[in-house]
Amino acid sequence: MTVVEAPAERRWRWPIEIRLEPRLSQPAWLGFGVSLGAVALALVLGGVVLKLVGGDPVRAYLYMIRASFGNLGVISDTITKATPLILVGLACALAFRMRLWNIGAEGQFFAGAFGASAVVLTPLLAPETPSIWMIPAMILAGFVAGALWGFLPGFLKARYNVNEIISTLMMNYIAVAWNNFFIFAVWTEGGFQMSRVFPKTAWLPRLADYAKEIREFRGLTAHLGLVIGLLAAVIVWWVLFRSKWGYEIRLIGDNPKAARYAGVNIVRNTVLVMMLSGGLAGLAGMSEISGVVHRLQGAISPGYGFTGIIIAWLAKLNPLAVIPVSVLFGALILAGREIQPSGVPKMIQGIVLVCLIASELMIRNRIRFIFRPVRS
Amino acid sequence: MVVESHAVEMRGVTKRFPGVLANDAVDFDLRQGEVHALLGENGAGKSTLVNILTGLYRPDSGAILVRGTPVSFHSPRDAIRHGIGMVHQHFMLVPTQTATENILLGLSEPRFWMALSRYNQVIADLGEQFGLTVDPGVKIWQLSVGEQQRVEILKMLYRGAQVLILDEPTAVLAPQEVEELFKTVRSMAQGGKSVVFISHKLHEVLSIADRITVLRKGKVTASGLNTAGTSKAELARLMVGREVLFHLEKKQRTPGDVVLSVEGVQALNDKGLPALRGVSLTVRSGEIVGLVGVAGNGQAELAEVITGLRRLTSGSIRLHGEVVVQERETRRDDFLVRRIIDSGVAHIPEDRTHVGTAPNLSVTDNLIMKAYRQPPVSHGWSINASVARSRAESLRSEYDIMTPSVETPVRHLSGGNLQRVILAREISARPRLMVAMQPARGLDVGAIEGVRRLLLEQREEGAAILLVSEELEELMELSDRMYVLYAGEVMGEVRQADAATIGLMMTGTRLADLSVSVGTKP
Repeated sequence: MTVVEAPAERRWRWPIEIRLEPRLSQPAWLGFGVSLGAVALALVLGGVVLKLVGGDPVRAYLYMIRASFGNLGVISDTITKATPLILVGLACALAFRMRLWNIGAEGQFFAGAFGASAVVLTPLLAPETPSIWMIPAMILAGFVAGALWGFLPGFLKARYNVNEIISTLMMNYIAVAWNNFFIFAVWTEGGFQMSRVFPKTAWLPRLADYAKEIREFRGLTAHLGLVIGLLAAVIVWWVLFRSKWGYEIRLIGDNPKAARYAGVNIVRNTVLVMMLSGGLAGLAGMSEISGVVHRLQGAISPGYGFTGIIIAWLAKLNPLAVIPVSVLFGALILAGREIQPSGVPKMIQGIVLVCLIASELMIRNRIRFIFRPVRS
Repeated sequence: MVVESHAVEMRGVTKRFPGVLANDAVDFDLRQGEVHALLGENGAGKSTLVNILTGLYRPDSGAILVRGTPVSFHSPRDAIRHGIGMVHQHFMLVPTQTATENILLGLSEPRFWMALSRYNQVIADLGEQFGLTVDPGVKIWQLSVGEQQRVEILKMLYRGAQVLILDEPTAVLAPQEVEELFKTVRSMAQGGKSVVFISHKLHEVLSIADRITVLRKGKVTASGLNTAGTSKAELARLMVGREVLFHLEKKQRTPGDVVLSVEGVQALNDKGLPALRGVSLTVRSGEIVGLVGVAGNGQAELAEVITGLRRLTSGSIRLHGEVVVQERETRRDDFLVRRIIDSGVAHIPEDRTHVGTAPNLSVTDNLIMKAYRQPPVSHGWSINASVARSRAESLRSEYDIMTPSVETPVRHLSGGNLQRVILAREISARPRLMVAMQPARGLDVGAIEGVRRLLLEQREEGAAILLVSEELEELMELSDRMYVLYAGEVMGEVRQADAATIGLMMTGTRLADLSVSVGTKP
């Protein structure tokens, strides 16, 4: 008997074949381990880029680490950057859990900033109102304004099945323009495109405010917004994974038909989730102007709302994972600026993102190397 | 050279996947011009074996001979070059292209100029030869599932397949289409082609195959049995490894009060056309009432109306005499569904993966889908995770759900296990009425027996059961009474009737119009 080989057999083949086979089960550590590996790989690739542009990758990385985690001062700056990211990340993670594609965190962020400012600038509360009243009122106003901004697309989606991707995206432009109207006209300070500075009572307390008592806090910018963000993360986690409402959200997100079959009110949940999502993004806006900017102005967000989308995905829509991912992003934003205002750091950010998103493949599949016998 | 008696011969084929021995020294031979069935439960290794035969997998050891010559395939392309073609369960067709375009796709001829009308003719002729009537110029999306399958078969024949492997070809077909397919398979065998017919349905295998090879857990338990010399019971034993009871003991039981009464219900289907035209029926406690009919005659819509998932345009639904759904309903859908669930109605939906379960949620989360609103699973606003978990654990052992853990997403579960999750959830709610849509469809013989047993247990416990199935045999076996549904109307109610009478009713003859007197009239 002779072995009949099809013509294609004679082609030269790689001695090793790499195949992906779907995993039947995913051990708990896998997601974390793979993500860590992806970041490591991204840093290696980023190092190649740094080398190509004539830099010393090791030194650059050490410098970046120092610039974001090197001392108490920069750690505090990193956290300050991460604070709004945590809140918008949560906003997106919550909505995405129900497969509501809220692309409008940016607009809801601006709406929240506007709501909080309105308390101070209208003024709804007199400037001499003590912080103990002023801050909670601003938090409430920021949350409500963001929630209203989320309510509109949520209602349109629930009632008339209007695509929320488009409506939330468009609402972003309206929110920015709305804010511009106020800072250009109503609340302008001497013709500049910004409002007057808020009274101190409307500032979120910073660590630096306690420098008299604790000397190490001198110059630290981290503010109470972080506590709001951390609390919000825990609450959102509890809602999603421990409450009846969260169960409904996850059920609708995974299979709306099954949710209907189980008697879940999809219309009401769509509106409520969009409102809570908008409210969280609104809190981010409130925290940013009350904790960092201290006035309403145009450039209060370098696209936080959009970064929130990425953060939510990288955190696998897990509210608690949003925290470390936001800190990582805060660090990248901060340290990146130390190397070059734009360009290489943004590129490294991009590489980290691509690697993390691509690593999803490794979580779902295992890689098999198949060694072919060498034929004579 | 050896004698060319076998179209294909596989000797001692072994294939190992991580943690599983999918094929363990499997021998299989296919004679020219025969229909050879490959029978086995889900996961028995049938698909692995034919995937090896078509070059998708490489065996760890063993040999494949095509017409006596050893071969080694690296891809389906190699296999088709040797005349071995496979028709997959899920079709691989481009919906926006015509049948001819799909058949020519990926071939080197025609090169640039398609000359479609000429090829249309070639393909029409080829179809004629094997009784595969399909209009070659029609776009795929316009074809029925049965016709699409014919295109897939033509694709393989056009590529010169001498050996056709049909992977669970009847799973997607309506009963009438199955008969059409069988005619085609027979004519192909007469035309000298050899057919490997994969299935886990015993009656199909017995009616179409010349010989049968049975696999269980990767091993051959019977090789090349002659169909004439075997029986359903023997095949089931070979497949499952134990005796399977086809006839479960049904205890005598006098039905109790009327639980469900459907009164003059009319409803529309998804396309807005009338699906139910005045259906009236009753189900009492402690009886199984079968709903007979060819799929698409309103069974699905009726089940949805009863469970609150579909609005009715006229008529009403009563549970224990109380109206739960009526015409011009102003309350919200989800409110109705909850109210119906809370009044003790369980629903086993037809579509397990798209309606009955949430694929990425855990077994626990799927098991509490109907119970999460009430204590003890709920606790104020929260869900009591430990109660939910212990409930899931006990259901898992009680209903024998095979899963690594109750935290596993249900998408990893096999069809039979998924159905057990649904049954466990629905039965554990101690329903007073159970609407069961095709509860045993697509399951292995062993699992079917389990499902039927559970339904009978529910009947004994006094539940009222409305059973919808396309398997007439199953309905006749389990039901105390049956209604025949045709085009959204009840053709009549029967207690015991021969299949022929029911067949006439299923095609639109009213019981009152039949001269034979069977059963009772309501």
